[in-house]
Amino acid sequence: MTLELTGEQVAGRIAQIVPGARVEAVGLSCYVHPDDLVAVATAARDDPELRFQMLTNLTAVDYLTHFEVIYHCVSLAKNHLGLFKVRVYDRDNAVVPSVTSVWWGAHLQEREVYDLMGIRFEGHPDLRRLFLWEGFAGHPLRKDFLGISGATRHAGLPHFPKQEQGYGVLNGPRWSAEPQPLPPDPFAPGAPF
Amino acid sequence: MIGLSEWYDLRDLGNPVHALLQWIDGWGDGSTFHWVAYIVSGLIGAAAIGLFLGVIMLFLIWLERRAVARIQIRRGPNRLGPYGLLQPLADALKLMQKEAIAPRLGDRVVYTLAPLVIFIPTLLVFAVLPFGNKMQVANINVAVLYIVAVGSATPLVVFMAGWSSSNKYALLGSMRAVAMAISYEIPMVLALLAMVLWTGHMDLNGIVHWQQEHHVWLLFLQPLALLIYFISASAELNRTPTDIAEAESEIVAGYHIEYSGMKFGLFYAVEMANALAVSALIATLFLGGWWLYGLDRWVPGYLIFLAKTLLVYNLLILTRGTLPRLRIDQLLAFAWKYLLPLALVNIVVVALEVLLWQQNGLAQEVFFPVCVVVNVALSVALIVGYSRAFDRRKIMAPRRARLVQDPLAYMPQ
Amino acid sequence: MTIRTEPFVVNIGPQHPSTHGVFRMRCVLDGETVVDADMVVGYLHRSLEKLAEERTYTQNIPFTDRMDYLSAMSGNLGYVMAVEKLAGIRVPERAQYLRVIMAELQRIANHSMAIGTFINDCGAWQTPLMWMFAEREKILDLFEMTCGARLTCNYMRIGGVAFDIPDEFIPAINSFLADFPRKIDEYEKMLLENEILIARAKGNGVITKEMAINASITGPMLRSTGVPYDIRKVDPYAVYDRFDFAIPVGENGDSYDRFLVRLAELRESHKILVQAVRDLPGGPYKVDVPLAIRPPVGEAYARVESPKGELGFYLVSDGGAAPYRFHVRSPSLINLSLLREMIVGHSVADAIVAFGSIDIVLGEVDR
Repeated sequence: MTLELTGEQVAGRIAQIVPGARVEAVGLSCYVHPDDLVAVATAARDDPELRFQMLTNLTAVDYLTHFEVIYHCVSLAKNHLGLFKVRVYDRDNAVVPSVTSVWWGAHLQEREVYDLMGIRFEGHPDLRRLFLWEGFAGHPLRKDFLGISGATRHAGLPHFPKQEQGYGVLNGPRWSAEPQPLPPDPFAPGAPF
Repeated sequence: MIGLSEWYDLRDLGNPVHALLQWIDGWGDGSTFHWVAYIVSGLIGAAAIGLFLGVIMLFLIWLERRAVARIQIRRGPNRLGPYGLLQPLADALKLMQKEAIAPRLGDRVVYTLAPLVIFIPTLLVFAVLPFGNKMQVANINVAVLYIVAVGSATPLVVFMAGWSSSNKYALLGSMRAVAMAISYEIPMVLALLAMVLWTGHMDLNGIVHWQQEHHVWLLFLQPLALLIYFISASAELNRTPTDIAEAESEIVAGYHIEYSGMKFGLFYAVEMANALAVSALIATLFLGGWWLYGLDRWVPGYLIFLAKTLLVYNLLILTRGTLPRLRIDQLLAFAWKYLLPLALVNIVVVALEVLLWQQNGLAQEVFFPVCVVVNVALSVALIVGYSRAFDRRKIMAPRRARLVQDPLAYMPQ
Repeated sequence: MTIRTEPFVVNIGPQHPSTHGVFRMRCVLDGETVVDADMVVGYLHRSLEKLAEERTYTQNIPFTDRMDYLSAMSGNLGYVMAVEKLAGIRVPERAQYLRVIMAELQRIANHSMAIGTFINDCGAWQTPLMWMFAEREKILDLFEMTCGARLTCNYMRIGGVAFDIPDEFIPAINSFLADFPRKIDEYEKMLLENEILIARAKGNGVITKEMAINASITGPMLRSTGVPYDIRKVDPYAVYDRFDFAIPVGENGDSYDRFLVRLAELRESHKILVQAVRDLPGGPYKVDVPLAIRPPVGEAYARVESPKGELGFYLVSDGGAAPYRFHVRSPSLINLSLLREMIVGHSVADAIVAFGSIDIVLGEVDR
């Protein structure tokens, strides 16, 4: 059975191998400060005890006040699984260092998180949208996108009111203040292909 | 051929034609209307080939779809008409009523010309095939050379089609087709040359007569040449396993990707007609054409010829239905490094044998069986030995996956 | 005089017979060699992850059918396992065995299609595909017998399975299993020694062990490089630890090895199925779970070995009837991480064969 390492085990080992890393254990997850993420990830990948060879899952959750980027890491040799989380508090300009230099498998998943959540990954070789087209306004998986999946149902948490007008995708509500630039029209004459 | 030479003796279709032409000649005072007879004979020949090709192509489409379906454990078309026989007609009608879309940036003239021009070499090849004894539209005494020359116009038309489509897939497909056609011409010509060396004739009727005189099919005397010719010709035809030029699953129909409607129908039909022409050539050269050990006294020669042609065509369908396709560089390597040396060795051996036979006046009954045995043994030895020299067995050895019971013991640390 | 050549850009897809769906690869070609390749996905993006936040946990099960629509049972299984992990529900024995039976049948069906379409991409005009589809039809008939649908089964439920198997299921599956090894032998005889297949697929799209592990590749693609990582063995779920089966492993990490691994997995699935049908216990097939289950606040990540790789579901619950976050770790998307490395430097024909050997389903890539 794959052992799911507790946060204390992972954080304790990280504290040993990366002195000065800001890590905090909560339950099964180990919260890492964004600036220490790459160092911690590299150390966790190469450490003979933790040996997190594979990054299984990279995703993000929108907790209204902050984002959390989730990293599920698996060790094939030791057969255990660890969970790293990074918190980002700035909604307008969410930036997290990219772990593509540590695990190449992160590059497509980080593009997906950027596309759907709007979190930029610094150091990613080619950060573009994956599923939606360039010029799409907004990031759909955010809880305040167009007011749907509205936080109105989540009692006790701050919520965002539904927008009354402007439901169009290209001119609807979005987080960033200025509109995204549109790419050149692919069907205009003289287009490359 | 025994029997009557009356115009209603349809065992030789030339009889009614000959009677008609003689009747035309007899108009007037017997010397002024020769040119009418000449023109009429030409027209009859052209119309015959056209009609024959038209009818047989419908049949071939049906045959191909049913045969390939049977190989794939399913039935073919069986809804339209009994056993689906009207399916090709429905296909033709469907193609005729489609919108003819042409690419805006392409070369319009060349684009429209290509499917028309591609039909011409096929028709010309059929003109010299002997359907029966002396039953060919044009009696050229360098027929083999003529066939090779006319057939090598096809890559040019393929390139016309690919270039004028202004589509990168089409260009890719047509480049591949041209490269392959040029490469496979040479082994094909060398294989045909072996036949010419043996029989001393270049005209196809003469070759069949030679086989009749010596009571032997050239297939037995020259198995290697048959193999080389079969492979090279099917490569020229762009049929699987060598249909890389129009590989459907890669470049989506290659050089005829931008054609729709009847223009595409013409490309499709020409592919079948070319395959039929190659089958007919193999039947004539290697299998004895319209002659079948004396059966042609009772059964009309053209029926025997058609039966043999369809037999070889079924072989082409079989290879199409069962084999995956090779990559272009593998195909070109095969032609240049493998088929060409084999064809050259074959030519040398044939020349030696013919020399021995002619110079020493050996008896045919003794020499030919010896030749058969020697040639078959030599073919097998060449093919196997050459493969060994290329280390094919080691490279191509199949394997199975390793089964692991306890994964954690074998994980990379 | 040197002839100036310039590379040109070709789109493979989105409408293409071989891209297994709407997938677009922009390749920069220099003659026949691919110099650069860039993939464009999102043509099938249905925002299932966002839609799932509006529906109850049980209403989300049909979404998991439609993501990887060629192995719907595995998708269902992973999702209900994640919800059960969140809510702490224990599934009865009979349901576990039925889940295993359905998952393994789905694996056989999927691999039949994967191998068939792979050889179709190699050029063999659907002949092996049609042969394998005959077996797949029998499996789809079994599915239809049980849950009413052939493709999008919606069979697993939170706490068990939706329906118990009907009476004609056991004889039908026994007759299928009795006949299947002979069919696999037929496929092996037809395909294993086919020289053209070997010539096309060997050395094509090679990935090494280290590359694969670093790029999060899982499934038959990882096993073809020599890493015997199969979640059914290393992290057994749903009574897989009671069955005796092996994991096929390749050596070189090329397309031929991926094909071999999938072919061998057919046999292993057959072994599991024989044991599961033989040991199927009686008892309830579902526990009683409320229609709109409200799991306690928390998160869970559950993974299954789907025929394409590791299919994981990450669920975050806020105590409500709908999930707060529903994320699918999709094996098809992540197995595409190495596409560029596999393709660049080889010809277009090789690119198509390598792409076909990854075995992706666009519904899962785009979600």
